[in-house]
Amino acid sequence: MSSFCNSPDTHGLFGDFGGQYVAETLMPLILELGREYEKAKDDPAFKEELAYFQRDYVGRPSPLYFAERLTEHCGGAKIYLKREELNHTGAHKINNCIGQILLARRMGKKRIIAETGAGMHGVATATVAARFGLQCVIYMGTTDIHRQQANVFRMKLLGAEVRPVVAGTGTLKDAMNEALRDWVTNVNDTYYLIGTVAGPHPYPAMVRDFQAVIGKETREQLQAQEGRLPDSLVACIGGGSNALGLFHPFLDDASVKIIGVEAAGHGIDSGEHAASLQGGTPGVLHGNRTYLLQDDDGQIVDAHSISAGLDYPGIGPEHAWLHDIGRVEYTSAKDDEALAAFHLCCKLEGIIPALESAHALAEVFKRAPQLPKDHLMVVNLSGRGDKDMQTVMHHFEQQEQSV
Amino acid sequence: MSRIQACFAELKQQNRAALVTFVTAGDPDYATAMRIFKGLPAAGADVIELGMPFTDPMADGPAIQLANIRSLKNGQTLAKTLQMVAEFRQDNQHTPVVLMGYFNPIHHYGVPRFIADAKAAGVDGLIIVDLPPEHNNVFCDPAQAAGLDFIRLTTPTTDDLRLPTVLNNSSGFVYYVSVAGVTGTGSATMEHIEEAVARLRRHTELPVCIGFGIRTPEHAANIARLADGAVVGSAFVDLVEKASNADEAVSGVLTLCRAIADGVHYARD
Repeated sequence: MSSFCNSPDTHGLFGDFGGQYVAETLMPLILELGREYEKAKDDPAFKEELAYFQRDYVGRPSPLYFAERLTEHCGGAKIYLKREELNHTGAHKINNCIGQILLARRMGKKRIIAETGAGMHGVATATVAARFGLQCVIYMGTTDIHRQQANVFRMKLLGAEVRPVVAGTGTLKDAMNEALRDWVTNVNDTYYLIGTVAGPHPYPAMVRDFQAVIGKETREQLQAQEGRLPDSLVACIGGGSNALGLFHPFLDDASVKIIGVEAAGHGIDSGEHAASLQGGTPGVLHGNRTYLLQDDDGQIVDAHSISAGLDYPGIGPEHAWLHDIGRVEYTSAKDDEALAAFHLCCKLEGIIPALESAHALAEVFKRAPQLPKDHLMVVNLSGRGDKDMQTVMHHFEQQEQSV
Repeated sequence: MSRIQACFAELKQQNRAALVTFVTAGDPDYATAMRIFKGLPAAGADVIELGMPFTDPMADGPAIQLANIRSLKNGQTLAKTLQMVAEFRQDNQHTPVVLMGYFNPIHHYGVPRFIADAKAAGVDGLIIVDLPPEHNNVFCDPAQAAGLDFIRLTTPTTDDLRLPTVLNNSSGFVYYVSVAGVTGTGSATMEHIEEAVARLRRHTELPVCIGFGIRTPEHAANIARLADGAVVGSAFVDLVEKASNADEAVSGVLTLCRAIADGVHYARD
């Protein structure tokens, strides 16, 4: 039977996307990582250990919460929030970090490196590194350090060294370049803990597998609460790990409509956005072939989003493939639409969402009112917004000044 | 016989090693880079690697990162890099030219179009940092079919088990990246290089060139006693950065090139 769940192939390809486009120095390392991951994922002892930490350390399962007031406000579809923001460290990122740190430990690695944008992956990585007593270095662009100071401090509290990256625009893409340079230099003892479903194979598949706990739980929880599958799923996409985590276990359920929301920044026509699928073209960056924001010469163009976590000029290769074959519908939300959704979620549900997740909520506000009341819509509330207070306050002040 | 093959055959007859020089195309600007490029053969460069600038050079250290930024800021494109080779070939039919860089600009330009234009411009070989043999079909195979040499990077992490995969389908010469790291940083010990060359020779008949961390005539001479060639890059690129004007950049690079070439060429005397 044909299935959307059999990808990637052994070379890490999702159709024409994905692969292993890395320097030769790293090839033996990612091949070894692939072998070790294949062994670990079928090992009952590894699965048991992972389940233990997911439950008692991360706090899983996360609730699937019926958002009654959001539902009333929209007056259409019945809206459920998958509460990933209640996880330890405040976002879905820890699901992947706990899985990869257990793998790194199995492989005998002593030093953990990671890139971070908004800082949520950096915090989650610093957290698990602290828990297992491993040295931790986080690369973070200087622009992001400036707009996410609280997370920088959290990482330091957790014992990580935060290395500022000045290259490029000082955002996630530059942090990823620098982490790759570190890995190429420290090949023997270092484990690179990539935070999203991108990078060379096996990362896109491995990170997806660790995040798929979101969708698996959602399936069971909705079955228990409603006795059936959801009608639609909505999630925001930067690299796309929270989205794939929710989507993947439902890809083969044809009745489930799946919607991914990219960050449109100031609007796709403005050129200042982070919507790789809708405003980009296929290319090769950071180890995989995927949709990228690039100019006429194949040079990478800087992304823009109010949300640091979505500010990346690429997207996970599995999303690129799901887009091309049409299984998932990809749309986008602008900065101001995400902010409006952010405020509504605060006021109606008493939940402060991350600006990333607010992009998914913006799509819900567009779509839910048009849908019948028996339509079940699940939104991934991938993170909480505590980290975004500065950005939102700054935006408020600007608005007040312009009035 | 390809230009690269002819070059190494000639040097072998003379019992000399090759000096392989790397400079970034369009750094700091097209005109200055062109003067450096054209001056390198007379300054003793046997093979010239021309870096194709990219916004995200993931395997390069600070010197070449900055060179890429300077070049792109001054309007360099892949088409202009090919144009540089075509201009160079107007008065040099002898020196092999190898384009080195990352795959995305070529992917965007279009592989068949790039191969045709590179051939027409007079390019001899290609080194694509982020295209391991696992992706031969996307670029290496068609490039070789068109007569362009595809030069492989081998590294300290490429073990005996993997070497045949990496060397299979490679041509021109083998580039040994002597340290695990980015360009322009540390350098390997002579013991390490001696071992590595011996290991590579068990797997290939191709000339073996050593790169990464080679900055002085003495160091290059030591390499020339062990291998078929020494690659020098960041040391030249640093001089372009430090130069206060175009003349200084050109004379700085060519003077250092002459000194290193003497080191390489007389090492075995």
